[in-house]
Amino acid sequence: MAVKLKDLAQMEDKLVAGHGMCLGCGIPLIFKMILRATEDPIVVANATGCLEVCTTIFPRTAWNCMWVHSAFENAAATAAGVEAMFKALKNKGKIPADKKIKFLAVGGDGGTYDIGIQSLSGAMERGHDIVYVCYDNNVYANTGGQRSSATPLGASATTSPAGSKSPGKVQKKKDLTKILVAHNIPYVAQASPHRWQDLYNKAKKAFEVEGPAFLNVLCLCPTEWKYDESQGIKLAQLAADTCAWPLYEVENGKYKINYKPKEKKPVLEWLKPQGRFRHLFKEENAWMLEAIQKEVDRDWEDLNKLAEISGA
Amino acid sequence: MKKETWKELPTGTVNIHAGNSVSNLTGTWRSGRRPEFIEKNCIQCFFCWLFCPHFAILVKDGKVTGINYDYCTGCGLCAEECPTKEKSIVMVKEEIKLAEGRKK
Ligand SMILES: Cc1ncc(C[n+]2csc(CCOP(=O)(O)OP(=O)(O)O)c2C)c(N)n1
Ligand code: SF4
Ligand code: SF4
Ligand code: SF4
Ligand SMILES: [Mg+2]
Repeated sequence: MAVKLKDLAQMEDKLVAGHGMCLGCGIPLIFKMILRATEDPIVVANATGCLEVCTTIFPRTAWNCMWVHSAFENAAATAAGVEAMFKALKNKGKIPADKKIKFLAVGGDGGTYDIGIQSLSGAMERGHDIVYVCYDNNVYANTGGQRSSATPLGASATTSPAGSKSPGKVQKKKDLTKILVAHNIPYVAQASPHRWQDLYNKAKKAFEVEGPAFLNVLCLCPTEWKYDESQGIKLAQLAADTCAWPLYEVENGKYKINYKPKEKKPVLEWLKPQGRFRHLFKEENAWMLEAIQKEVDRDWEDLNKLAEISGA
Repeated sequence: MKKETWKELPTGTVNIHAGNSVSNLTGTWRSGRRPEFIEKNCIQCFFCWLFCPHFAILVKDGKVTGINYDYCTGCGLCAEECPTKEKSIVMVKEEIKLAEGRKK
């Protein structure tokens, strides 16, 4: 199953140059891989957010495949509707019954963890044969950096700003991946663009399973995370090495951790290069740093237990 | 890019020109630095291709052959992730700003 980058590079791009995403943005890196993970035609339903806004400024589009706009809250419902329509067309004999088409819903963390969660939950529960990809950049980036329920503990965002009375966001990040696991769908996974092979394999599995699949992918955002954009891949590596963003998959309810760092690094190595966490390194916020480390440790332990129970 | 009028445009906010964003030259955003490809050091690992957010790594006949400055925004990810000891991509100072392309 080992795929070569050289071969992937020679496939046709379904997302092309000329999009308006920022310097060093992680979104194109994620979809460069995901859109290559199937040879079948893909229909993309895109919730608004950076990806949609930066790729479809009329009269231009950076999509070189079938693509449909969605409102902020209903990419999953749109994809489910398109999937049902193709099913009906097959039943009526208007398109060949063996024609293979993949349906991909994509949204940011705001569009997925927050406002889109009900349509996502509905589409997953109804069992539509769609793949939902959340690119989680931890913030409402497109509208200028408001906090979402995916914004990590302690991060400064425009609506959870750090200051003399505030250590940044005081709530812990919602664990959406586990919420999707609780839908008992065939495939759920967390991935990150720096481990491209893992991301590719997960997208491939997600496309291949019958029924709904969900991928939650950490998405670099130099603009809102405030770091030197050339360092993005190293930063994603640190998220995995500190276990702040573990890479794992849940296939038919069974947990498997796909990356275990040889030596788990202290979480501050992931926090330090990012301006959104800068305030945490002041003396008065030391308690928050400690709290973050504690949460990461506990989550990592829990995940390991779940993998153990699963026999992986 | 020629502006279409209501006579040519399909109804329903449909864009039938898949991938026509290529006329938007993001290379015009570049300011101050650009990557330079040094072929003799290159081991063809394709990491630069993989990690370029602006699809600006040129690939020809299965080989990385250089940088497409029409789209390269100068983010530096390619140079940073190029694994060869003697770098095959280096960031260099760039004096001129290519502002004209924006108007196309
Ligand atoms: C119902 C509704 N509320 C608000 C907006 C404005 N809006 C557009 S994109 C966006 C933020 C999207 O955040 P996220 O889903 O995380 O994607 P990102 O911008 O980070 O890529 C908001 C609030 C909207 N389009 N529709
Ligand atoms: S704001 Fe962040 S996610 Fe949005 S285009 Fe810029 S870097 Fe990408
Ligand atoms: S500097 Fe950035 S945009 Fe330019 S080729 Fe390298 S990775 Fe691509
Ligand atoms: S990353 Fe460096 S060595 Fe690898 S293909 Fe690109 S230029 Fe060549
Ligand atoms: Mg977001």
